[in-house]
Amino acid sequence: MSDLLKITIDNITVEVPAGTTILNAARQIGGEVAPPAMCYYSKLADSGGKCRTCLVEVSKGSEKDPRPMPKLVASCRTTVMDGMEVKNITSPKVIDARNGVVEFLLINHPLDCPVCDQAGECDLQDLGYNHGKEGTRYEFKRRTFHKVDLGDYIQLHMTRCIMCFRCVFVADQLTEKREHGILDRGDHAQIATLIEKNLHNDFIGNVIDVCPVGALTDKTFRFKNRVWFTKPVDAHRNCSNPKCCGEAQLWMRGDEVFRVTARKDEWGEVKEASNGKTGWICNTCRFETKKAIDWTIEGPSVVNRHSVISQGHYVGVIKPTETFNAVMKGRDPKLLMDIHDESEVNKPNIDLSVLDRPAHSTDFN
Amino acid sequence: MSKKLLLEKAHVENIRLYDVYRREGGYRSVEKALKTMSPEAIVEEVKKSGLRGRGGAGFPAGMKWSFIAKPEGVPRHLVVNADESEPGTFKDRYLMEFLPHLLLEGMIVSSFALGSNVSYIYIRGEYAWITDILEQAIDEAKANGWLGKNILGSGFDCEIYVQRGAGAYICGEETALIESLEGKRGNPRIKPPFPAVQGLWKRPTVVNNVETITAVVPIINDGGDEYAKIGVGKSTGTKLISACGNINKPGVYEIDMTISVEEFIYSDEWCGGIANGKKLKACIPGGSSVPILPANLLLKTAKGETRLMNYESLADGGFATGSMMGSGGFIVLDEDQCIVKNTFTLARFYRHESCGQCSPCREGTGWMEKILWSIETGKGKKSDIDLLWDIQRKIEGNTICPLGDAAAWPVAAAIRHFRDEFEWHVDNPQESQIRNFGLAHYADEIHIPA
Ligand SMILES: Cc1cc2nc3c(=O)[nH]c(=O)nc-3n(C[C@H](O)[C@H](O)[C@H](O)COP(=O)(O)O)c2cc1C
Ligand code: SF4
Ligand code: SF4
Ligand code: FES
Repeated sequence: MSDLLKITIDNITVEVPAGTTILNAARQIGGEVAPPAMCYYSKLADSGGKCRTCLVEVSKGSEKDPRPMPKLVASCRTTVMDGMEVKNITSPKVIDARNGVVEFLLINHPLDCPVCDQAGECDLQDLGYNHGKEGTRYEFKRRTFHKVDLGDYIQLHMTRCIMCFRCVFVADQLTEKREHGILDRGDHAQIATLIEKNLHNDFIGNVIDVCPVGALTDKTFRFKNRVWFTKPVDAHRNCSNPKCCGEAQLWMRGDEVFRVTARKDEWGEVKEASNGKTGWICNTCRFETKKAIDWTIEGPSVVNRHSVISQGHYVGVIKPTETFNAVMKGRDPKLLMDIHDESEVNKPNIDLSVLDRPAHSTDFN
Repeated sequence: MSKKLLLEKAHVENIRLYDVYRREGGYRSVEKALKTMSPEAIVEEVKKSGLRGRGGAGFPAGMKWSFIAKPEGVPRHLVVNADESEPGTFKDRYLMEFLPHLLLEGMIVSSFALGSNVSYIYIRGEYAWITDILEQAIDEAKANGWLGKNILGSGFDCEIYVQRGAGAYICGEETALIESLEGKRGNPRIKPPFPAVQGLWKRPTVVNNVETITAVVPIINDGGDEYAKIGVGKSTGTKLISACGNINKPGVYEIDMTISVEEFIYSDEWCGGIANGKKLKACIPGGSSVPILPANLLLKTAKGETRLMNYESLADGGFATGSMMGSGGFIVLDEDQCIVKNTFTLARFYRHESCGQCSPCREGTGWMEKILWSIETGKGKKSDIDLLWDIQRKIEGNTICPLGDAAAWPVAAAIRHFRDEFEWHVDNPQESQIRNFGLAHYADEIHIPA
């Protein structure tokens, strides 16, 4: 078709309709070629351009004007030109700049993942693992804020915020009236309601789903469980709110519903619902419908993202085929334990490898 | 004495008032433009003049004007950028304070050329008294038929409004300015679309600096060719320089761009030499964002040629050995100034003024400030200098708007040219608290950093 534009990203060519951004073209290719995005959200107009993690190098502007672009560009906000050539992971400049951006995002981040509800499904964790360096060069006090309760359902932990603006766009575009925004500027800018105030709108819960980090968390789920211990299932209900798609994901343990969220796609964004609506859900579904009997459960969710929430969850799981013996190169697993005999740390009369329970401190000398 | 085009009448008593301004030949360009010229002809004249934007980037004004989109039935706007918040720059203030009618005159002609029936002056909040001066001038111009409906019977309508900012440097960036003018938070927009296509209220908009717009008056009066005869190369016409720092005569000077930097600093016609008989150590020649140069590289280029006060010559050598004309804020540092402290002060400014939208600028500016503070207070390490270099490198070019670059360049230039001084601070934590590094070799014959 003639109205499709050709773009080559990391030497892979795809055709996309005019107006497509480089990022979305790269997502068509998928995998490593898709730049990471911390602020862009395809379902939110005007989002993107801010975090700078999606920077790419345009080595050829277009067929008509083949000059390279002088600076790296934000792929989420740059539209494709016919014949464009883009380098993402094949560009050392991009890798270097992205490294810098990850470092910048982390210098003031508390790294309190062990006590953060977002851990396991956090875009910043994924980004850090994939593009960051270990260790920090930042030797100063990190910026901190007090936690703020935005009503009964949402808690704002501003210290973790990366200023992606997504929650502001949600409030602008999904709710009747935005009640929070950005106060101040620069590194003292913060998400706030000015005078501490509750967020009321019946769609405001979606800010939790779009927040890439643990800055906005679900108070009905806070500290109740770790996401990787819960099992996500797809479920729907007949929601009376006309804007709500009624299709959600329940995060369960046994029969207990710990949390309700929108369904997410492989880029961590809410999915289209089967009725054609964008998959946003209302506060009633999210916060107040927490019994399994309120929902029609469809089956286990497909989680095809890299993070730990996909562990053991049905899709893309590679089960080892080797035997233990093969992995141990023929050694007996018991030998691992025998080292304690050698070093005489355990009571000589106990063979740890035959204990039918975890070893306990009293088993040692 | 070089030719003055803008400030020629600045010292006429009461030139601020309409009657005096008119008697001195004011508003002639409006008569000429509206009665005898087409908008296209005016744009052509401005193109011929070679006038370059005086707000910092030096983009050719005529070219910018010719880019403005002209969709059917959509109003267009001219916005004058009077946000002037760059440390060291105070030329627009002088123009507006003493010659408010010159700005209005330029705006009416420019609005006619661009087809803007409603034009704005966006002025920094701290210039409160100048807002009053401008509003009074607008009232006078209106009462005398230079603004309003059907000006001079030409069928052209024009209104000018003054909008005060709230004191944010970032609102000088043209798209942040437009956001602020629309009543929103002054965050720079992501470009494209450029203002010439979608600016104020999503309409085609041209944003120009105060000085750029006032320069349109002599261009129309005398013709673009006459204007282009002044100056050299692509630095045509006259330029206002606001000189400050350790000089005998700080102030706003109008120069034609053929004089040398040395003459500008030492001649009694301009800065009058370094104050208190001290020696020149360094200079930031174009407002706080442009690279600082040590004395030796300031007066002569790396090739050994005399450096002139114009766009090309100041930029000669690129960032390795040159700097930029910028907005014309000329900051002179004498032998007693500490480069580390100076760099810290600038870093603090940019940290404070970053809008916080994009991560490299929001986080990087604060980090640089903190490191510079520890070096300045004697707690720095050698590795901090390399770290600073790496941070600025990762900010530059990777941000939404040029404030990121503006924050990175001063740090980069200071380390590039004054690395020994940073190292001395680290090696002599105690001594650096009681005395300055001094002149060192910076005033020596050309010293080109590796
Ligand atoms: C952070 C920042 C601050 C700026 N401040 C000003 C300013 O105060 N005044 C100004 O005229 N231009 C300022 N500019 C430049 C404007 O964005 C714009 O380029 C200029 O107004 C265009 O006018 P000109 O073409 O007449 O120079 C600033 C740019 C940046 C990035
Ligand atoms: S609170 Fe979350 S969604 Fe909102 S700006 Fe911060 S990181 Fe983004
Ligand atoms: S570079 Fe700085 S000032 Fe400019 S948009 Fe980014 S954060 Fe804001
Ligand atoms: S995703 Fe493109 S800048 Fe954030």
